[in-house]
Amino acid sequence: MSQKFSRRDFNKLLVSGVAGSALGIFGGVRPAYAAQNRIVVIGGGFGGASAAKYLRKLDSSLSVTLIEPKATFYTCPFSNWVLDGLKNMEDIAQTYTVLKNKYGVNVIADSASSIDAAKGTVTLKSGKVLNYDRLIVSPGIDFKWNALEGYSESVSNSKMPHAYEAGAQTVLLHKQLLAMKDGGTVLICPPANPFRCPPGPYERASLVAHYLKEKKPKSKIIILDPKDKFSKQGLFKKGWEKLYPGMIEWRSVATGGKISKVDAAAMTVTTDFGVEKGDVINIIPPQQAGKIAVDAGLTDASGWCPVNPITFESTIHPGIHVIGDACIAGAMPKSGFAASSQGKVVAASIIRLCQGKVPAPPSLVNTCYSLIGPGYGVSVAGVYKLTSAGIVEIPGSGGLTPMDADDDHLNEEATFARGWYNNIVQDIWG
Amino acid sequence: MQVTIRSMLTACFVFSALLGTGAEAVAAQKKAPKKAVTQVCNPDPRGQILALSCASCHGTDGRSVGIIPSFYGKSPEYLEAALKDFKSGARYSTVMIRHAKGYSDEEIRMIAQYFGTVWQKNK
Repeated sequence: MSQKFSRRDFNKLLVSGVAGSALGIFGGVRPAYAAQNRIVVIGGGFGGASAAKYLRKLDSSLSVTLIEPKATFYTCPFSNWVLDGLKNMEDIAQTYTVLKNKYGVNVIADSASSIDAAKGTVTLKSGKVLNYDRLIVSPGIDFKWNALEGYSESVSNSKMPHAYEAGAQTVLLHKQLLAMKDGGTVLICPPANPFRCPPGPYERASLVAHYLKEKKPKSKIIILDPKDKFSKQGLFKKGWEKLYPGMIEWRSVATGGKISKVDAAAMTVTTDFGVEKGDVINIIPPQQAGKIAVDAGLTDASGWCPVNPITFESTIHPGIHVIGDACIAGAMPKSGFAASSQGKVVAASIIRLCQGKVPAPPSLVNTCYSLIGPGYGVSVAGVYKLTSAGIVEIPGSGGLTPMDADDDHLNEEATFARGWYNNIVQDIWG
Repeated sequence: MQVTIRSMLTACFVFSALLGTGAEAVAAQKKAPKKAVTQVCNPDPRGQILALSCASCHGTDGRSVGIIPSFYGKSPEYLEAALKDFKSGARYSTVMIRHAKGYSDEEIRMIAQYFGTVWQKNK
């Protein structure tokens, strides 16, 4: 997804987004240098928790409130490892105790039911109303339940899990894999772009294949994809060939990959080429920005939130910053790493704005490790900067694990994937 | 409306002039070597914003809890040299070469300055 700016837009962005914010002339909304600097953060995932922690770490004079209904947050990164039995659910569980006790974040276990951008208030499900000087919205994704005939939230909770929000869904898909007979067929159905964690479905296929190869070697996996290519495609295909020959079949849009209908009772999906039966069916539905962002009018026609790429402030509602999967961040993928990087940028920017100063131009980073087997890791890295074309990848930087990487290199990346997880969750929740 | 190269450059010039980071960066560069400690409490905002992403793999303030190398407590000079060696490929890496190539030498210096001093406040 890319965002193009005209020269006029770019100049407008600079003037209104940076100078405007710094001077506190937010089109008549609240001044940037409000007396109390009350920052409210909605959502305690990779983006929101990073922002909350770093706001307090970098400026302990700020009052920071984090609204998150879940006491335990299960991370999507490494949830595919649970499906293979390499990790348990406890290994991917994060809590807010350190944010609360060590960093002094006011954590409220509730969910936001509405935002009043004009008044600068958030109303919680409990009825409580919070005032903010700046609001950070990091709601992640919501599924478009009506996009696929026969699929619904209740089908996802019973027969065909999405497992694309970690937790009960991960447990359900894992149980189904454990119960499947040897010789069974697993269907994995990713959505079209853009969606959360572009390599996610393909790492999932890899780790499910690892489990099946060890325990149920007559089984197979079919990926039914509405796309003609996917993230780290060359690396995944090479790894599949080497580790699980003949076990994973990827069907692109041109070869009948697009599904139009599911039948939960019959355990089938319908493609352009016919009906496919699965013993385990994982449907990853099309997505949009989390519900609160849609309800608050922060999304555009795409279903995602347009933001100023320097400060991640909404271009629709000043004073509200949107980060993570929900925002339109140019060339950056929708990943936990990207959300965390944006959370820190937004924290540093808000601190500057609260001081009446100009935010520094950010540089954003992403690294996504994927495991193809327990000792076979690959990655994609990116460093991004702001230009008049929005957030773009810096030429010559980033990129994929080399196609000719040797076994030692791939093993080292698998080890670093574990190291990365330990550090990023510590950096955010620890 | 499509953006021409000329208008992009003009916009970028306006951008950097508006932010005044050029001047800030030059000032920081002149002061940096001898006044490192004074920057601990008031880090250069550009260096800080560049540096914070590094913690996602290397731990908060560069203090790693896992197998990825920690650089907490290293000097700015050490960090600058290491990053430049990753960038050139002189030092072997799996991922660092891909990251280091995303930064100019000046940006590398600012990142090194941030992490090379931020730990001193914990002393």
